[in-house]
Order: sequence, then C-alpha cells, then structure tokens
Amino acid sequence: MATLDRRTLGRWALTGVAGVTFGFILLPLVFVTWLAFFLQAIPSFPPQGYSLKWFFSIAENPRFVDGFLLSLQVALIATTVGVAIGVPAALCIARYRFWGREPLGNLLLLPLVVPGIVLGTSLYVFHVEATILTELPILGSIAALVAGHILLVIPWSVRLVSASLAGFDRSIEEAAQNLGATPVTSFFRITLPTIRPGIVAAALFGFVVSFGNLEMSMFLVGAGRTTLPITVLQYLEYRIDPTIAAVSVLQILLLGTAMIVTDRFVKLSRVV
Amino acid sequence: MARLEIEGLTKHFGATVAVHEVSLDVRDGEFVTLLGPSGCGKTTTLRMIAGFITPTAGRVRIGGKDVTVLPPWKRNAGMVFQSYALFPHLTVAENVAFGLEMRKMPKADIPARVTEALRLVRLGGLAERLPRELSGGQQQRVALARALVIRPEVLLLDEPLSNLDAKLRETVRVEIRELQHKLGITTVMVTHDQEEALIMADRLVVMSDGAVRQVGSQRDLYERPADRFVAGFVGRSNLLAGRVVGPGRFETEAGVAIACLDGALGPGVIALRPERLAIGPAAAGLDNRLTGTVELVSYLGASIDVHVRVSSADRVVVNLPNRSDGPLPQEGDRIDVGWPATAAIVLAGDGGAHNPRVLQDQPEPKKEEP
Repeated sequence: MATLDRRTLGRWALTGVAGVTFGFILLPLVFVTWLAFFLQAIPSFPPQGYSLKWFFSIAENPRFVDGFLLSLQVALIATTVGVAIGVPAALCIARYRFWGREPLGNLLLLPLVVPGIVLGTSLYVFHVEATILTELPILGSIAALVAGHILLVIPWSVRLVSASLAGFDRSIEEAAQNLGATPVTSFFRITLPTIRPGIVAAALFGFVVSFGNLEMSMFLVGAGRTTLPITVLQYLEYRIDPTIAAVSVLQILLLGTAMIVTDRFVKLSRVV
Repeated sequence: MARLEIEGLTKHFGATVAVHEVSLDVRDGEFVTLLGPSGCGKTTTLRMIAGFITPTAGRVRIGGKDVTVLPPWKRNAGMVFQSYALFPHLTVAENVAFGLEMRKMPKADIPARVTEALRLVRLGGLAERLPRELSGGQQQRVALARALVIRPEVLLLDEPLSNLDAKLRETVRVEIRELQHKLGITTVMVTHDQEEALIMADRLVVMSDGAVRQVGSQRDLYERPADRFVAGFVGRSNLLAGRVVGPGRFETEAGVAIACLDGALGPGVIALRPERLAIGPAAAGLDNRLTGTVELVSYLGASIDVHVRVSSADRVVVNLPNRSDGPLPQEGDRIDVGWPATAAIVLAGDGGAHNPRVLQDQPEPKKEEP
C-alpha cells in the first residue's frame, strides 16, 4: 500500500504546485480586473463602490486611442512581414544543408535572448548613424519602429514554423508532384496548408509580442508618437487612477480573444 | 498503360555508385518486382523512373517516349509511397481528386472518377474522412486509388506493404495483384520481401550492390539462380565450395565428390535447395549419397530442418516435409543424405568461399536510402 500512498501524495503535490503556479500567474490579472471597476480614483481597500467610468475615460483620452491605434498598426505590419520572412527562413533551415546553416538559425533566434533595452539602444544608435549617413528621415520614423518590431516577430515565426516542419513527411510533396503538381503548386496546395497551424501560431505570438513591447519601442518612437504600452507608462508617472487598470483589462480581453479564436482553428497546445 | 524501358540506368551519389547500368524491359501490363536487400539500389531505380532522381547515365522510356529528363509532374507514372504520403489536410475524396485537378479535368467530371476509384479499392463509404481517421490498410488503399485515378501509364509501388501488419499484408498483396491484373496496368514494385515478390510479380529482378543480378520468373530464379547471391536471397540454398573437375563432376574443398549439372571447369560453388535433399532410406539410389552426422534438428511445423555434417568442412540442411508420425532424426545419429545430380546447380567462380553455408532468408526490413 506504500506505493499507492506515494502515488496519491505525488498527485496532491502536483496539484498543489500547479495551483500555486496558476495563482501566481492569474492573481495579478484578477486584481487588475477588479481594480478597473473601483469607484475611487486612489486605489484602496475596500472599494468604496463600483463604476464603469474609467472605461469611458479611456475613450475620452486621445493619447490612449492614438497609442492603441499605433500599436495595432505596428503589430499588424510587423507580424505580416515577420512571418513572411520567418516561413521561408524556417523552410530553408529545415530543408537544405548549406554553409552557415546553424549560425543562421541561431542568428534568427537572437532577438529573443537579447534584452529589449539592449536591442532598443543599439537600434537607436544605428538609426542615428544611418540618418546622418543617408540624410533620410529614418530616426523616429514609423518605418524604423516597424522594422524593430519585425525583429521581435522573426524568432517566433522561425521557431514555431520550424516546429511544425519537424514532423513533416516530405514524400507528400513528392506525391503531389507525382500527381502532376509543379513545385510551386505543390508548395501552395500541399506544403503551406500542412504547416498552417505553425504559421497561425507564429502570427499570434508575433502579434502579442509586438503589441505588448515597451522597452525597445521607447527608443524608437518619434516625438509625439507613442505606442499603447508607452502611453500607459507615461500616464502612470503622474496618475495612478484605475484608468490604467481599465486599459489593461481591454488589452487582456483583446489578446485573450485573439488566442481563443486562434485556438479554435489550430490547437495551440499542439504547436507550441 | 504502356511499355516501360530502362536502358543502362546509372546513378552516382558523389563517389558512391547507387545504381549501375540497370536495363529492363517491362511489357505492357506486366508486373515486375525489384527485389533486393536494403541499399541495393532498387528504390533509387524506382525513383529514377518516377523522375525524383536524375540519372547520371542511361535512359527511361514510358510508352516509347523518352522521359529521362522530364520532371516528375510531366510523367504519367502513378506512385504509391512507402509512407502512403497522403495529404493530411485533405479528405479521402480530395486526396484522390488532386491528380485529376492537376490534369485540369472539368470540375463536373471529377466526382464520378473519384467515386469509381474509391469503389475500386472498396473505400466507397469513407470519402469524407481525413487520412488520420483511417487505419493503415485503409490509408494504403487511398494511396492506391489516388495513384490509379489518373490512369497512369505505369504504376510504381515503393514497398507498399511494409507498414501493414503481417495478417493484413497477406490479403492486401493478393488484392493489389488482382487489381493490377484486372486493370492490366504496367507495374513496377520495390520490395525486400522475397515472399511478397514471389506472390505478386510476373517477373522478378534481383538486385544487389546497385546492379541487377538476375531477371526471370519465380521458377527461373529458384531453379536456375545465376549466382550465389540469388541462390541465397531467393529461397534458401546449401552452398558447397570446391571445383568442377570434369563434366558433371564436382569436388568440394574437403574432397567430397559430387555428381552435378554441367558447369565450367575450375573453382565453383554448388547450390542445393534444402527440400531437394533426402535422408535415410529415401536417399538410396540417388546420384549422390553421403553419410553424415546429424548436428541439429529444427521442427518448423509444416517441415523439419535437419542439419547434417557430411565432411569436416561441409554441412547441409535437409528440409523434410512433415508427413509422418514416425520418429525424427536425433542429434548425433549417423544418417544417409542423398540428392539427384539435377538438384546440384553449379555456380561459377567464387573460390573464395571456404565454408559451406546456408544463406538465410532476407535481411532485416529497413527503409532504404535515400
């Protein structure tokens, strides 16, 4: 019976650890959501009442609206371009044996491990130099900001597409060609749909990472332009009212919805 | 349906010769099997016919048309892959329809052809399933339907049964053979399984080390093997090394004289099929009769293998049908072994073989490179 006891004990321990971990992850989200509905401007317990006014105050504050729109715009473009680069890159790395293949694979994952501050500083310096050298308005431009965000998306798309290529049976491409498909047709009709879950997941994660990025973006935004995370930070410097909590709730809702919708099409747990 | 001609087909991968001057003429409607151990070049040959590998030298003609340099999508050769290679995101019907769409068949005509093909492989009710919802045997039949629906000039089968379990394999190989017969489609199959090859083929091509060892019917290969590789790979053989000393006279290295079929004078090997040997009283009156010691008896059910040492260097396996309830030979028994001269086939050359041996069945089934 000792073994049974040990097994029961193990299961309890596992449940306990999992519960604590989930609590650790979810508790801040729960509190932020709660806080967003507090009546009073200075957060304190217990709440003096509940209100939706902080949500309305977001819409009345053009900086939040502009920040949101800029973040959305940057994240969408960066995700599209990043995935468009990541998919062929992952295919080449998975399929071909060429000189410098492994270093290239690591290079593409590098933005994931370089701290955002470092990435931001180096890009900033680079943009300054490039602006001086070319006399083009690079520094602080939206294009430069998007280019930086593309760097954030690439490692995710390479990583996730590579993962979905790992179990890929190449004979299905040969079968397509055997049945009369040219390599181009076989790529679009057979290869791409087969790795679609990886691509969708890559787009989702790329979007989330880009949308939420603060450290790197701070160095790259131009005067008078801020992304949503920067707006939030700037707002917090002067005020701590629940508007920020309300913004966070909206962000959680947006990204959560994106994730649930994606998961309906591709099981994220299978790709990530 | 068409004649398939292969002429001096050769493939080098760097310094390695994967296939060396393979020539073959497959009649319209014929079923030819490429048989050999893994790495013998049979799959490379098949892939050159399909167009996935460009030959270093040689020609491939399908229906009289030279396709040697044509890419796979311009050849009309339907292939069934070892892994079946079904498109995982398409339903069974869509898988089968793919080749027809690539051929720009009018949309309205496709469903009828798909239905017909699926009925042919008895999968009518599963058209809307996804491949992962099918059993291995069903997936294999979808792959077959997909290859057949385009009415290819030749059908290429790459180890089509190797992923099925043993029971299923027995029925499927008969099914494929009957279907091929009914459609009269020129077929080339690759396998390492000699039993599969013997059951399914009209003609067999035995390959090893990238070269063709022998081409012939089942009976040709079994009764007149060209060399010791074929003698050992197709069925089993006792091989006795020695030399041909006169017309129909052979002497093993240990000095045992054997009456045999004619062969060129000089060093050679005698091949004896185990079931052509007799022991005990049955050996009396045969051209060759030796006395030896029983060293091992293996009871196989339908038959019994008796290993008999006839000289210090020569041991033979006698395969006896399990016909009587009588006593079996025991290890250590002194016993007579005999065989007619016509059972002793002389294989020329190869004086390097020192010990007689029985080459056992086929080697391990393994996926072939590349």
